[in-house]
Amino acid sequence: MLVQNDSPEALQRTPLHELHLSLGGKMVPFAGYEMPVQYPAGVLKEHLHCRAKAGLFDVSHMGQLELRAKSGHVADAARALERLVPQDIVAIAPGRQRYAQFTNDKGGILDDLMVANSGRHLFLVVNAACKAADEAHLRDALSDVCDILALPDRALLALQGPRAEAALGTLCAQVAELRFMDSAPLTVMGLDCLVSRSGYTGEDGYEISVPAEGAVALAEALLDDPDVLPIGLGARDSLRLEAGLCLYGHDIDTTTTPVEGALEWSIQKSRRNGGARPGGFAGADVILSQLDNGASRRRVGLRPDGRAPVREGAPLFADATATESIGTICSGGFGPSLGGPLAMGYLPTPQARHDTVIFAEVRGQRLPLRVCATPFIPTSYKR
Amino acid sequence: MTTLFTPDHEWLRIEGDVATIGVTDYAQSQLGDVVFVELPKIGRQLKKAEAAAVVESVKAASDVYAPITGEVLEVNDALQTDPALVNSDAGGAAWFFKLKIADKAELDGLMDEAAYTAHTA
Repeated sequence: MLVQNDSPEALQRTPLHELHLSLGGKMVPFAGYEMPVQYPAGVLKEHLHCRAKAGLFDVSHMGQLELRAKSGHVADAARALERLVPQDIVAIAPGRQRYAQFTNDKGGILDDLMVANSGRHLFLVVNAACKAADEAHLRDALSDVCDILALPDRALLALQGPRAEAALGTLCAQVAELRFMDSAPLTVMGLDCLVSRSGYTGEDGYEISVPAEGAVALAEALLDDPDVLPIGLGARDSLRLEAGLCLYGHDIDTTTTPVEGALEWSIQKSRRNGGARPGGFAGADVILSQLDNGASRRRVGLRPDGRAPVREGAPLFADATATESIGTICSGGFGPSLGGPLAMGYLPTPQARHDTVIFAEVRGQRLPLRVCATPFIPTSYKR
Repeated sequence: MTTLFTPDHEWLRIEGDVATIGVTDYAQSQLGDVVFVELPKIGRQLKKAEAAAVVESVKAASDVYAPITGEVLEVNDALQTDPALVNSDAGGAAWFFKLKIADKAELDGLMDEAAYTAHTA
């Protein structure tokens, strides 16, 4: 059996690095950072604990950016950002945030991100592996209208699960007033934080942007609550997969459009054909046409019939004997809350209907999977 | 009865010309929670170092290699219904399969418990 022991070299560390080590975190390289893949409790227990109580995640490797309009009006920054994403950014009210994608000329996805309107400027959270490219992309495209400010001196914590409100509420009562996808500047333990009610697990919870120098104190205060356990990247992945959420570079990338990725729900009417501001973003011709006419393939949820997990990269076939692959698994594994294997993959539109049975090839065998709705588990967002 | 170990974290319990094979407690601790085990078919002729079984955690799939050449005599069906046995009793109830030893000379290259303990230290 192969047991991997990565020795992280020349990797960046988050402000919580020492805390991860003291908590027994098993550190692995991830997107250029040394990150905890799990703590002593292990992936399974961490996953289940997050759904039952609350989990604390260090996501400080992710990129945090501010877009400040040179005019001083946040609406100008919003209008400028609409050049790069198919979302209605202008309509994001102060104190709200929205999910978006940077697109390329072919309609592919350069990165996915969160955009919050703080009232004075836009606050962006982007993927760690893409953050340098995203920043350059923003500077290239928007410097005429905006100042682009990377925020490397801020850490990002996520607190997720049914006990998240109570745990964070003891440090800052106002967080109870936030609803799903609200974003508010709040003082937590004397620290200037930006708190949003959002996350990447399917659970209610928060993401907290906090000055790096206060991150450890905040994390320790949250972990003092017996309901809160630290959660590593392993459970972060199984939690987001059960919630049917995309992992950039796996489920979506430069070769998949938002429509193929089943992310149409994130593209508001105003940016579509017939809307108030149709198009005007990279790849609009491709994406608007797919919104009107459909795409030839689509990301779907898949449940293997047996117990064997079907992992990323497994080719998909229309039947048990077909020689030509019709698609690929983009994410797959075991869902601890689901109690069985689960996956997402791309299929031609005719096969992407719910309850279609298709086959994956795993170690030379064809295993049946059924197309199903995502999320795989009921979500509990506080709307 | 002798117990031997491979550098790839498998154990072999030798009884006559039959070897019972499993993964070590160290291996299960590195794998994390096991959620699925795929075992070889009875009667399969395994060559030394050939992928013989698969053990999957929430995170990843890992191959278990045949530590020696031989025919599969028996597999542990309990692992199909309760893969977590690998975590709770790697060195005992969670044996994977039994091989009819083809060449006893292949055992010479394996480690005893003291050597294996040193190997994982």
